[in-house]
Amino acid sequence: MQVHIEILFIAIVTSSACAIPGVFLVLRRMTLMSDAISHAILPGIVIAFFFTHTLSSPLLIIAAAGTGVLTVVLVELLQKTELIKEDAAIGLTFPALFSVGVILISRYTRNVHLDMDAVLLGELAYAPLNRLTVLGIDLGPSALIVMGVILILNLVFISLFYKELKLITFDIGLAATLGFTPALIHYGLMTLVSITTVGAFDAVGSILVVALIAGPAATAYLMTDNLTRMLVLSAIIGSINAVVGYLLAYQFDVSIAGTIASVTFLAFVSVFLLVPKRGLLSISRRHLRQKWEFAQTMLVIHLLNHEGLPEAVNESEIAHLHEHLQWEPSFASKVVRYALNNRCVSQDDTQLTLTDRGRTIAEQALVQ
Amino acid sequence: MQPPQTNAISVMDLTVAYHETPVLWDIDLDVPPGVLLAIVGPNGAGKTTLIKAILGLVRTASGKVLIHDKPYEVQRKIVGYVPQRGSVDWDFPTNVLDVVMMGRYGALGWIRRPSKDDRELAMNALEKVGMEKYRHRQISHLSGGQQQRVFLARALVQDSNIYLMDEPFQGVDATTERAIVAILQELRENGKTVVVVHHDLQTVTDYFDWVTLLNIRRIASGPVQDTFTSENLREAYGGRIAFMKNR
Repeated sequence: MQVHIEILFIAIVTSSACAIPGVFLVLRRMTLMSDAISHAILPGIVIAFFFTHTLSSPLLIIAAAGTGVLTVVLVELLQKTELIKEDAAIGLTFPALFSVGVILISRYTRNVHLDMDAVLLGELAYAPLNRLTVLGIDLGPSALIVMGVILILNLVFISLFYKELKLITFDIGLAATLGFTPALIHYGLMTLVSITTVGAFDAVGSILVVALIAGPAATAYLMTDNLTRMLVLSAIIGSINAVVGYLLAYQFDVSIAGTIASVTFLAFVSVFLLVPKRGLLSISRRHLRQKWEFAQTMLVIHLLNHEGLPEAVNESEIAHLHEHLQWEPSFASKVVRYALNNRCVSQDDTQLTLTDRGRTIAEQALVQ
Repeated sequence: MQPPQTNAISVMDLTVAYHETPVLWDIDLDVPPGVLLAIVGPNGAGKTTLIKAILGLVRTASGKVLIHDKPYEVQRKIVGYVPQRGSVDWDFPTNVLDVVMMGRYGALGWIRRPSKDDRELAMNALEKVGMEKYRHRQISHLSGGQQQRVFLARALVQDSNIYLMDEPFQGVDATTERAIVAILQELRENGKTVVVVHHDLQTVTDYFDWVTLLNIRRIASGPVQDTFTSENLREAYGGRIAFMKNR
């Protein structure tokens, strides 16, 4: 039982640690950079592994984070030449660094435990086996402690520099003129993302860590208009995804990281469809309602224009309405039903007459 | 009499180039304090680049810029900047008041958060531009004119001596244009220096008292009545301003 709880905690702490800087990556349209970082840190890990012969040394994190920042620098250098665009620069840089890592692994560590599966996919299920002991006392799974420290680091950095991060994200020009060095904040954030990625990498591998960084932040972006709330929501959504993903993975005995990433995507899709006001469903419902509202307005204006005139009898006859307005007959009768339901018009026999409500709507529409 | 005043902005021998293609060639420009100055010139004349160079936002190939006889780096607190409206992402999750508050960040410096006083200053600025009712409005729901007013309010809370504005009239309705002009003129009445990148030649004489004509080189600069001549305009725009003769 304790193992399950430990895995669950590792998943929650890892997800929220990734979800928080993810907000700034999403807002700065840099989520692909996190993908690049998560792959390019491989040579950093391998080289540090040569020296430490363990996957859980702090040196590993430092070396890998260094490679992560190097990736960002290389991408920006390539971009600055203006010979290629950012996407191509990213696409060139990280495979180059990643392949160095792959070659190093295949050449030198064939007989050591550093296998590609663990690197690419991570293995959350075995994370509790790797424990941190100090003076013979078991402090808990090292993944939990490492990610806990990284989570705190992220929280401290973002609460200290919240104002500065917000400013460079929204208006980098103003940030520069006001004397905040945007490059400093930018590389601070990139270092943080690199450290977070390396830490999370151990648990979920280099591919799925992107899901933890981008998914919750993109989901939260659809739900709020407030940056602070977006940060909090992102962390909460990340945690929920982790819990649900772990429970499902346990139930069906499948890869934990894979399930968490799938749940992350499903959570995004559900919010995308269902969130009030901005969700796809409420947008299409709103469009539909606007379409009928508008048709109803056309109808009442038509009736108002001919009201009390000799031709009114002809113009407001239900059976001939579609000819006057050049509507499909089925559409015309639907609009009439809609307007009747809304008590904008009333029907006596074959004739439509405006109600007071309908007349007000028509008059208001005309003065606008 | 006041003591003799230094130029608000002096640009000396400024050249800016992208890949050896000059965008600005050896610009000399003196902006006396307390003027409302329009920078005009055809597309690609380097108007925006000139403002950005004054603010240290683009690298210069030669020359220097002084703000009241000192480099920009030590004078940034007295310079307010209104960038082009299109230069930021209006889908950013924040509201009007928060954007205006960003104008206070320079005075606050690193890490310190805005206080109640900053909030009050932001509210006053919003009132000045007629946007106080919209303070809680999400910025993605603003019209172009409202966005421009928010940017102007953000510059006003900086309480600068010198304002640099990049096309504040771009894509705004007539009411907003009049409101912005009134604010610019009020700034000048209060002794501020206002430099505006401007597109509409028809309104230069009505709105501004100084004008700089730019087309990669500085064509002319001075009081509107002496400088805004059809001769200078022809030089700045080439043959493309026949309509000006009817004025």
